[in-house]
Amino acid sequence: MGQLTTGERDFGAIILIVLAIIGIAMAAAGRSDVLGIHGAMVLVYCLALLFLLLSGAFGTPPSAARLTRYYDDPIKVGVGLTLFWAIFGMFIGVWAAAQLAWPSLNFDTSWASFGRIRPAHTSGVIFGFGGNALITTSFHVVQRTSRARLADQLSPWFVLLGFNLFCLIAISGYFLGVTQSKEYAEAEWYADIWLVIVWVTYFVLYVRTLARRKEPHIYVANWYYMAFIIVVAILHIVNNLAVPLSFAHAKSYTIWAGVQDSMVQWWYGHNAVAFFLTAGFLAMLYYYLPKRAERPIFSYRLSILSFWGITFFYMWAGSHHLHYTALPHWVQNLGMTFSVMLLVPSWASAGNALLTLNGAWHKVRDDATLRFMMMAAFFYGLSTFEGSFMAIRPVNALSHYTDWTVGHVHAGALGWVAMITFGSLYTLVPAIWKRERMHSAILVEVHFWLALAGTLIYVFAMWNSGIIQGLMWRTYSPDNTLVYSFVDTLLAMYPYYIARAFGGLLFLIGAIVAAYNIWMTVRTPAAATLALDDDSPGDERQISGATPTPAE
Amino acid sequence: MPELMHRKLERSATGFMLAIIAAASVGGIVEIAPLFTIDDTVETVSDMRLYTPLELAGRDIYVREGCYACHSQMIRTLRDEVERYGPYSLAVESKYDHPMLWGSKRTGPDLARIGGKYSDFWHVAHLNNPRDVVPESNMPSYRWLGTNPLKLADLPLALRAQRAVGVPYTDEMIENAARDAYGQAVPDSEQSSGVTERYGEATQVSAFDGVTTNVTEMDALVAYLQVLGQLTRAAYENTAAPEQMPDPDN
Repeated sequence: MGQLTTGERDFGAIILIVLAIIGIAMAAAGRSDVLGIHGAMVLVYCLALLFLLLSGAFGTPPSAARLTRYYDDPIKVGVGLTLFWAIFGMFIGVWAAAQLAWPSLNFDTSWASFGRIRPAHTSGVIFGFGGNALITTSFHVVQRTSRARLADQLSPWFVLLGFNLFCLIAISGYFLGVTQSKEYAEAEWYADIWLVIVWVTYFVLYVRTLARRKEPHIYVANWYYMAFIIVVAILHIVNNLAVPLSFAHAKSYTIWAGVQDSMVQWWYGHNAVAFFLTAGFLAMLYYYLPKRAERPIFSYRLSILSFWGITFFYMWAGSHHLHYTALPHWVQNLGMTFSVMLLVPSWASAGNALLTLNGAWHKVRDDATLRFMMMAAFFYGLSTFEGSFMAIRPVNALSHYTDWTVGHVHAGALGWVAMITFGSLYTLVPAIWKRERMHSAILVEVHFWLALAGTLIYVFAMWNSGIIQGLMWRTYSPDNTLVYSFVDTLLAMYPYYIARAFGGLLFLIGAIVAAYNIWMTVRTPAAATLALDDDSPGDERQISGATPTPAE
Repeated sequence: MPELMHRKLERSATGFMLAIIAAASVGGIVEIAPLFTIDDTVETVSDMRLYTPLELAGRDIYVREGCYACHSQMIRTLRDEVERYGPYSLAVESKYDHPMLWGSKRTGPDLARIGGKYSDFWHVAHLNNPRDVVPESNMPSYRWLGTNPLKLADLPLALRAQRAVGVPYTDEMIENAARDAYGQAVPDSEQSSGVTERYGEATQVSAFDGVTTNVTEMDALVAYLQVLGQLTRAAYENTAAPEQMPDPDN
């Protein structure tokens, strides 16, 4: 926060004081309700930030020259937060996986039982790890591809730290039993309202930065970040409309009921995958992969096709989560049809990424960072194919409700989302901290193989368990009775649950290795020669590799 | 030509964003809006009853503990599911469910028709330690439910919020919510008669957790589990192969 002027600091302090007062009000109104605990947390969070903000206020004022350079301070903090949430979320995931194999691992406590830590895992990795990675990289990419500094000095901090306050409130709430039960939207009404405020600020900041761009065209990566910001706002608001018991209660009831609620929920749920876990990460792919490979994107036309295909088709696909349910047949069919069509733009993106590597395959061999991104594009292609396949009704009849879905999600989450994030971080960290390279190339290599092995063990375990359980559920004896009781099918799962926990553990260790490597990179002093590279809009004439011009 | 158009579009942030909103809105509008206007989306049945305050409180506990993460409440229109769990689920059965709890994963079995299949005593033993009754189970134990008193004072607010989102609770129901919850869990108390008066004769009044000295979260959760699949008989009348609805008194 060293670049803030006195006026900006004062404004920041006012925001924090107002929030702290809201925290006190929540604590007072909520009393013994969990809302009271959350009020206290808001208060402590704001006071801690206030202390940080004011303790720097008496240093030398920032020079006016800072406005001619890129604004990278929030990005640096964002990298740290991304890694914190990665380790936290993955640790909870491994723990939850282990509980399925050894149920006593919840130590008979309410807060650690599977039903409560499961949303802590999903939100921890999706919003904590994924969300922070998206905000952090978007701040980096939008500045570099627009050749403009972020439009505002204070609001990047507001967006980043406000978003983390949301994560904190949401995830601590699950341990305490606060949840709406809507998958991937479990946070209660007050956290949801706060996220809307943060998100609108993010949107305004992003658009204002784009408006300052010195490039006439908006680069592809920014299309995806824009789609991510806009559509997530729409989904979040519609799915979370709810009526609380009172302003002193954490509990609320959604305005949607039954069959309509199921459709709204999976319209949200599937597009959280599309616009949170795909669009934003494709943005990373479109910037960091060409940058690292030092090759332009293979095809501009494919970029257009896949962008609009994804933006249009995905929104129809949610109902494939509801095949053979009480949802009307016509909606199920629409969902299936569009899910299958979705394969075209998805593979256009994956293919575009892999073909970009043509002429740079020797770099993929030597550079584990680029290999992370190549593998991410591969897993993106794999899981989108699998997704379209599983959306077909008869396939879904077998796969739904089983671990196959879990395996599919993790092929995407570990293989695609996490790998592209780590590849991007390994590119971003040396650039931002002006280091020649990462502290240890060997540790990047170690991380790559841990991540790949972890993903494969995880996904193969879940494919096996899912398909076996799906088949056992529908196995008939010659005299037309069901052969297996439910417990028989559960017993068959135990070996796979152990294998899955082991795969997840490898992936977690990889994330810890990454955090250590990045920490060591930051600690080593900067090479003086790199001081001006990639530092200010004026210096970067050409964004090498990542130009918006077509390759043909 | 389309390429040229796009080159123009990508020079304007506002235009691009409007295009994103337009492209992304169509799917949701086409798939969601008609669910409110097409009448046969939700079947019309005459015997659908509301959750009692105790059952609603139990449902909130089911949500709080994340039971939906491992148990679905949606029997699909597939032969093996109907034979394993009972008649396939109808839309009307979750008509008053805010939120729906159809679930997405069956680490444990479907619960849409669990009501009446096991005794209250079985449920209490199972929730206290699942492995006492199902040795192979990997479900967590929920011992604390039996000692946590149910927050009766919040129930009128809960019913009022439910009414605000469209569940037809009457003023009388809201006013008596706490009394009714107590009465349902403490049979033969003076509050018991009001429950069946307001929610129908079929409502189960029972000492769900086996103790009548206080109303616990265990009472509420078991009351909820016992009403799953019992709010209407429609599913049994609708199916091609009607079977007997589980009778709690048997």
